[in-house]
Amino acid sequence: MNSHTLWLICRRLGAGVVTLLIVSMVVFAITAVLPGDAAQQSLGQFATPEQVAALRLKLGLDQPGVLRYLHWLMNLLTGDMGQSVSNAMPVGELMAGRVPNTLMLAGATALVSVPLALILGIGSAMGRGGRIDSCLSFITLAMVAVPEFLVATLAVLIFAVNLGWLSALSYATDITSPLQFLRTYALPVMTLCCVIVAQMARMTRAAVIDQLDSPYVEMARLKGVSPIRIVLRHALPNAIGPIANAIALSLSYLLGGVVIVETIFNYPGIASLMVDAVTNRDMALVQACTMLFCAAYLALVLLADLCAILSNPRLRNQ
Amino acid sequence: MNPLIAKSRPASSALALAKVSGNPSWLGLVGAAVCVIWLLVALFGPWLAPHPVGEVISDNIFEGFSLAHPFGTDYLGRDMLSRVLVGARFTVGLSLVAALLASFFGTGCALLSVVSPKWLDEIISRIMDAFISIPSKMLALIMVSAFGSSVTLLICTAVISYIPGSFRVARSMAVNIEALEYVQVARTRGEGKLYVACREILPNMLNPVLTDLGLRFGYIVLLLSGMSFLGLGVQPPDADLGSLVRENIGGLNQGAMAIIIPALAIGTLTIGVNLLIDYLSSRRGRRSGGH
Repeated sequence: MNSHTLWLICRRLGAGVVTLLIVSMVVFAITAVLPGDAAQQSLGQFATPEQVAALRLKLGLDQPGVLRYLHWLMNLLTGDMGQSVSNAMPVGELMAGRVPNTLMLAGATALVSVPLALILGIGSAMGRGGRIDSCLSFITLAMVAVPEFLVATLAVLIFAVNLGWLSALSYATDITSPLQFLRTYALPVMTLCCVIVAQMARMTRAAVIDQLDSPYVEMARLKGVSPIRIVLRHALPNAIGPIANAIALSLSYLLGGVVIVETIFNYPGIASLMVDAVTNRDMALVQACTMLFCAAYLALVLLADLCAILSNPRLRNQ
Repeated sequence: MNPLIAKSRPASSALALAKVSGNPSWLGLVGAAVCVIWLLVALFGPWLAPHPVGEVISDNIFEGFSLAHPFGTDYLGRDMLSRVLVGARFTVGLSLVAALLASFFGTGCALLSVVSPKWLDEIISRIMDAFISIPSKMLALIMVSAFGSSVTLLICTAVISYIPGSFRVARSMAVNIEALEYVQVARTRGEGKLYVACREILPNMLNPVLTDLGLRFGYIVLLLSGMSFLGLGVQPPDADLGSLVRENIGGLNQGAMAIIIPALAIGTLTIGVNLLIDYLSSRRGRRSGGH
């Protein structure tokens, strides 16, 4: 690693922080201009104007927007995310209880989907134009286009209703045995995997094909190297960067999918907490959850970009 | 931001990926046929519906296939066929309007930023970069939590979410075209900026822009039906295909047709659109590639 790469990485990190700041401004701007402010909402319809005014003063709602934004941002950075109105609990506490569940779900999904997608992507790149490749190409195209709740409902119908292997739409709080773990996580993870594996396999295939078309692979082929060795020893090391990029980008699609999947399977994660907060218009909770999701999304995109920078020798050694 | 980073964002990668797949061309025709059918349903669906959409016509809830009710009945005993025919108008109509607006504004901003001075180009691109970093579902969720759900708000949200992606695709093409000789000639001839943008650049990028429009339409269908599925999209008594899945979710344990039919309807619509786009862009790729 030389100074040029370091400079590129620093610049990218800086751009990431600036973007996150802008995102926080947008989130605050949308949630703070809401009709009927927080004071009116928490006191209910029958509050006297004096009561509302007093609470407004107490909550600091009479201050200009910029000040309120800075105040909010400072609190967010120090971990004080305010009080959830509908749950009568600090937002931080509420979220801390849910985050591990979502991370567990995301982790399990990544663990299953990444190897599967790599095998599918590399396999279809090797047999390019063949029957398996065109079959995969159609399946991935279809999976990318299908809504998560279609996959989820079909999976429930097949595995829970018809075959009776798994319990539908229920969540066991105490997971003691591996079998119980499997029964709880199989359907949500399967649903999330369907969408992500398709995306990842498509991008992996493109990255490997890109390498297979290059002159050095043709040279190896002319030398009589076996196809498997060409892919594993020659093409793959050079495609690692784009593939890592593809994995990080695909995982960022998890964020959208997890909202639907947690809702349909009653999974007590951070996304279902957010959907409840939106339904109850619990603004402090919505703001905090949105910032968490946007930060996670930005982090994954950032990771993808860093993989691309670090793996590209032309950028690294300029 | 260097070009490598700009290239690796999801919005542009989806379109680029569509070009490398090797699906046979008859699948493209299937896709086109499915799209046309859904368009016709959206246009004429309410007149084709055999029963009024809100009327309870059967005592049996979650009925299966029958001659009287080809798609069965829903959780109140309403005719599913009628509800799907009417719901499709919401799904297709809203998404089409939103996709057209997003593409229009995105392409407009792209043309503006290409023909205008560098600083304005920089500002527009930066704003778009920031907006592309908010996942569309997150934006939709905070918009709904702040303003409450309505048809106008859903369209606005979808448009705001998908302008940056459309801007990016259009700008990358417009920059290339702007550097070509005939545009330089038009400039030297003394043509105005509006003329250069609309008569010289736009006609030559219209095809990819239309392909991109189709792609955005697919995304917006997924976004809006996802929101409706969460109960935060189209509100009762109206129902789009996503709301139909949601309101019948209680029948899932019985394997009710009332859930499967609308979910499959959304699936066929988006798969059809993607197949058509895949076919169109691969055909263009072959033509411009020369071999």
